[in-house]
Amino acid sequence: MSATDAIPGSDAARAEARRALEICNACRYCEGYCAVFPAMTRRRAFADGDLDHLANLCHNCRGCYHACQYAPPHEFALNLPRALADVRQQSWADYAWPGFLARAFRDRGAGLAVLLVLAVAAMFWLAGAVSGSGGGFYALIPHGAMVAVFAPVFLFALLAMAVGGARYWRATRDLGAAPAHGLHHAMTLTNLKGGAAEGCNFEDGDRFSQARRHFHQATLWGFLLCFAATAAGTVLHYGFGAPAPYDLVSLPKLFGVPGGILLVIGAGGLLWLKRRADPALGVSRGAGGESAFTVLLFLTGLTGLALYALRQTPAMPALLILHLGAVLALFLALPYTKMVHGLYRTLALIRDEGEKRKTKP
Amino acid sequence: MQAGWAETDWDVLVAGGGNAALCAAITAAERGAKVLIVESAPRDWRGGNSRHTRNFRCMHEGPLGPLTGAYSEDEYFDDLLRVTKGRTDEDLARMTIRASEACLTWMQDHGVRFQPSLSGTLSLSRTNAFFLGGGKALLNAYYRTAEALGVTAVYDAEAVHLDLEDGFFAGAEIRAGGETHRVKSKTLIAASGGFQGDIDWLTRAWGPAAENFLIRGTPYNRGVVLADLLDQGAEPVGDPTQCHAVAIDGRAPKFDGGIVTRLDCVPFSIVVNRDAERFHDEGEDVWPKRYAIWGRLVAAQPGQVAYAIIDRKSRELFMPSVYPPIEAGSIAEMAGKLELDAARLEATVADFNAACRGGRAFMPTELDGLATEGLEPPKTNWARPIAEPPFHAWPLRPGVTFTYLGLKVDDRARMQTAGGGAAANVWAAGEVMAGNILGEGYLAGIGMTIGTVFGRIAGEEAAKHVRN
Repeated sequence: MSATDAIPGSDAARAEARRALEICNACRYCEGYCAVFPAMTRRRAFADGDLDHLANLCHNCRGCYHACQYAPPHEFALNLPRALADVRQQSWADYAWPGFLARAFRDRGAGLAVLLVLAVAAMFWLAGAVSGSGGGFYALIPHGAMVAVFAPVFLFALLAMAVGGARYWRATRDLGAAPAHGLHHAMTLTNLKGGAAEGCNFEDGDRFSQARRHFHQATLWGFLLCFAATAAGTVLHYGFGAPAPYDLVSLPKLFGVPGGILLVIGAGGLLWLKRRADPALGVSRGAGGESAFTVLLFLTGLTGLALYALRQTPAMPALLILHLGAVLALFLALPYTKMVHGLYRTLALIRDEGEKRKTKP
Repeated sequence: MQAGWAETDWDVLVAGGGNAALCAAITAAERGAKVLIVESAPRDWRGGNSRHTRNFRCMHEGPLGPLTGAYSEDEYFDDLLRVTKGRTDEDLARMTIRASEACLTWMQDHGVRFQPSLSGTLSLSRTNAFFLGGGKALLNAYYRTAEALGVTAVYDAEAVHLDLEDGFFAGAEIRAGGETHRVKSKTLIAASGGFQGDIDWLTRAWGPAAENFLIRGTPYNRGVVLADLLDQGAEPVGDPTQCHAVAIDGRAPKFDGGIVTRLDCVPFSIVVNRDAERFHDEGEDVWPKRYAIWGRLVAAQPGQVAYAIIDRKSRELFMPSVYPPIEAGSIAEMAGKLELDAARLEATVADFNAACRGGRAFMPTELDGLATEGLEPPKTNWARPIAEPPFHAWPLRPGVTFTYLGLKVDDRARMQTAGGGAAANVWAAGEVMAGNILGEGYLAGIGMTIGTVFGRIAGEEAAKHVRN
């Protein structure tokens, strides 16, 4: 992990998380909230790898902060959600491949905005440079041209994430693995339930609410459905010689339309919650980059739905270029932004379940 | 802060902002009373000592919520008798114990969430229900519930004087925002805690040694309401010269160190005073049972300080403490770090080691009978030589949990007057009256039981008084 040394503030973030966890480990009042606390009690000391693992287990539900007798203004000034958020963000940059790209997007929303503009411009140029011979969308940008652009980007994103994930996986190999149980927690967001507390403390002080969990699930399932729609379209195109556009009663549309709606509701909801949430309990810097990625998800869903609704109108070419630009930016940014949390969170949950089973008496 | 609170005519004035105060306020508000809570702490520090609590001791006939098995009235009362050595009011105590069973559901109905007892805690899943997130989470839930019922809570507001005439409460002087307001209310519920935050008072009661005591909880329990009511003829209860103290890490903050300053190393250590001498059997019993006596033991030592020393073998046998231990490669080096006489510490350790005869299996979680021979004071369990470096040490100081002096009450939480009889419209709940039941010692989780039971009764009685 050579990137660690290159990023300023890395040691400070981990030192603060270590200090916080040592206080938590002597207290343990929060043990019922989420998986972080039982995992913490299985350790007496916290090496950098332990910190990365616990930070990726943390869902930033903030229950522990509001329950904390040592939170500021107490002289211990304990803010575990922030301490873990900082280490988490740091760990993604450290594990990312190639490292220089991680640093380009880590802190700022502006980087993503520029990327989006560039991606849209690239699509615009593509539409002008190649003349379509097919029908519908492909009259504007031929299928072959789309594949030539998106296939490499998609494969690169997959490769980059696989390298990062493998680095994390190796660093935590001693913990064991329980994939089925870990995936279950990832897909149902058990850890945002706050134990018996009915939700998290994200948007309104110490009030428990399921809003963040629900909006996150809408985003997650919306994204997966949209992805399934693209995959179904690819299969239809190559396997059955049935190119787009598709009717409403077709796999791509049955996945894509609800997926787009869920994505817009979910990402929009998450942005709304984030506006109300206390920024002092999230990352010290880089919150703008987190939000920018959610905006990008929202735009991807919105332009996709608009494209479907207005595909027969003169707005179609502009919307197609916008939508493809958003999708391109999304995949380019995937391994280097907040979006990558899904990978590390899932791996951390699989590791945590593995560790639980290994250490059971 | 809500505007106009000082000018409103209130039905119920609750002095204090902890568990008992909130239980009283919620109960009174549910019965239609207009309730004002005056909490002397700022909002971030609200809740008195309740913010440091984590569980509630509860009688139950069978499995109940998070509680396993059964815990009968008699067993609960016997546990109380044992810790108080009989210094309790049996009728009041038994009433409280019986009432605790219904409290659990009431607490859940008013927003409190419990958790299954997990690792690292004392094994109390049968007798004590643990709050998810601890006492501060419980308080957050109660404040939300109270707010929804229309209760007004003002922070940084201290009841500095209560107008009491022949046991009749007529109004209060509340200091808030640099001004003193005269506030009218038909009734008063005193739920303002003990006086352990007032070091001068502690020093008067205990002697100069109290200046070296650490206060485990809130600095806002200064006993202002308690002193004011006692001055005006309220009947006192409990030993005014005593406070409950445990041995905590000597490096803890003066106030509000809470749970993380506790030290669990004593049974596996030798404990020496400033003169590098041992002074008590460190292995007398399992730690939860002996935890409470060490505050007093350390308070009696010169300078109110002691040092627990272990060697490498015992490092992993107890919960980690928040402050890292002082480490040394030899006993002489340790003496230097602790500023003790090296020769005397070496002699004390050598005498102890020589008296460790072994011959039985070391069993850290039960009384293993592994005792010293011919040593005074003896160590009667877990006696293993302190011989393998590195050595670790923790400084110990007395940490005050609460004071015993309080207001005498009857079984309807009515404050009693020195002249005999109950005050007409004053009730008391929580630590300010816990001395009625806890004459000495402490039983884990009973403070929250007393606060919840008497808080609910006080709220109910005050609301009833207002209606009539």
